[in-house]
Amino acid sequence: MTTERLPGKRSPLLTLAMLAFLVYFLLPLFWLVVASTKTTGELFSSFGLWFADDFSLPGNIRDVFAAENGVYGRWLLNTVVYAVVSAGGAALLAALGGYGFAKFRFRGNNALFGVVLGSIMVPSTALAIPTYLVFSKIGLVNTPWAIILPSLVNPFGLYLMRVYAEDAVPDGLIEAARIDGAGEFRIFWQVAMRLLAPGFVTVLLFTLVATWNNYFLPLIMLNNPSLYPVTVGLANWAAQASMGGGGSGGNVLPLVVTGSLLSIVPLVIAFLMLQRYWQSGLGAGGVKQ
Amino acid sequence: MSTVTAAVPRRRRVASRRAAAGYLFVAPFLVVFVAMLVVPLAYAGYLSLFREQLIGGTTFAGLDNYTRALTDDRLLGGVARVGAFFAIQVPIMLGLALFFALALDSGALWLSRVLRLGIFVPYAVPSVVAALMWGYLYGPDFGPIAQLFDKVGWDAPNLLGADLMLGSLANVVTWEFTGYNMIILYAALRAVPTELYEAAAVDGAGAWRIAWSIKIPALRPALMLTLIFSVIGSFQLFNEPQLLQRLAPNVIDSAYTPNLYAYSLAFTSQDVNYAAAVSFLLGIVIVAVSYTVQLAANRRRS
Repeated sequence: MTTERLPGKRSPLLTLAMLAFLVYFLLPLFWLVVASTKTTGELFSSFGLWFADDFSLPGNIRDVFAAENGVYGRWLLNTVVYAVVSAGGAALLAALGGYGFAKFRFRGNNALFGVVLGSIMVPSTALAIPTYLVFSKIGLVNTPWAIILPSLVNPFGLYLMRVYAEDAVPDGLIEAARIDGAGEFRIFWQVAMRLLAPGFVTVLLFTLVATWNNYFLPLIMLNNPSLYPVTVGLANWAAQASMGGGGSGGNVLPLVVTGSLLSIVPLVIAFLMLQRYWQSGLGAGGVKQ
Repeated sequence: MSTVTAAVPRRRRVASRRAAAGYLFVAPFLVVFVAMLVVPLAYAGYLSLFREQLIGGTTFAGLDNYTRALTDDRLLGGVARVGAFFAIQVPIMLGLALFFALALDSGALWLSRVLRLGIFVPYAVPSVVAALMWGYLYGPDFGPIAQLFDKVGWDAPNLLGADLMLGSLANVVTWEFTGYNMIILYAALRAVPTELYEAAAVDGAGAWRIAWSIKIPALRPALMLTLIFSVIGSFQLFNEPQLLQRLAPNVIDSAYTPNLYAYSLAFTSQDVNYAAAVSFLLGIVIVAVSYTVQLAANRRRS
């Protein structure tokens, strides 16, 4: 029969079945887009999966950014800062460490790596409350560091980078650079990093998503709304909307819906643009074990 | 350098300098690892051995918090609930992901690129947004599901009611993570050498036979990875129930999942010592289940 690289006989039935599943995965997002074009009244009065008479999306977007003195823009900015700093730091630490574990023999190499690997199973939320307890002791609660520092540790990223470095950086190349008199760190920056780039971007991207989507950690660490990331901010608005019902909270609902839509646009675009990286990187994690 | 180092054979000196460089490369990661993982766990372990009382302040309690946890019906109920969630939701999600990955890999699809990206897109949606969105979709006021039932003239099922809530949550999680698991499996399939399929095809094996006898065994490590991640995800379920709680406060109580319980212990009841013990136990349960799953899979192989 066929292999995946050479498309053979195509099956209309299988394609139709898959398209039906695709509808399941995209319909909620379609609903979100449609709902973002409606006022509160229209949300209740019109059919959810089609547009209402008026197109209120621009007005809703304006309201989202104007609400509470523009706090939504602040939340977006916080999210970007937390996500970019965490992801950059985590990917760099994982690249350095993965390269070190893959290419250097030193006492305790396997044992240390084994400990890190075992910690992949330590659940992040079971760790969050202990981390909160430590941070409240040393006064880090309610600061950006409370979100960034815990996100710098990515054991799975280290594992990926080690696997990646083993194959991607040939020993002969490192040896040749040494004979040329290059120091170990110069070799890393100028030779190895170039070859590690796809793995690096994968870890970067996945830490970016994890931090962007993080909810539990900022929920417990922060109580100052101007430090919130967009996830915690939206959850707060949603709470206001459900408490106010159709009355006083009535105008909050479009804020939640439109704010949700705006918050997912950057990540969806990033994923579509960088698909080469996350696909190859995830492959490396799944193939070798 | 001194005469002592000069006396050391050159090769050994080079080797020890390399080892030192190796330590320097792994040191930054390990320092943060210890500070952000080992220290919090150790501190939580320490706190879990104490008890705070209105009279007498903080006193050493030994393992009392743990014996209390192991007989705490609210905690055990939560663990049983996420255990049931795991047993039902994970096979459905991974089954779908496997089916999608095999279908994409078979080359028998039109639009395979669109399908692959479209099924993956929910992974880029924060679970907060996913839960809010599905909450509105399920809701009786302006949810399209209720609207459709209304149009036909039937009574809409109460998707946020006690009977269906766990299924509704399972649907949100399945929606979020099926594509992610599909991509892991699909990437692993792409790494299987095509010669294997070609040889099997020459021997007269059909597409289903190839999928069953070559592809699925080759996926074993990737399936293991997705399974372990699913164990962790199920047992630490928090975001989705926490957000749907507001829509159905009578269905989702503060101990609906073990993590919700730990959260409310720490922040509502201010019982930090007991919350630390519960977090610690939850971590142990997850590691134990993960190992059991791995052992069971490995035993079946040999």
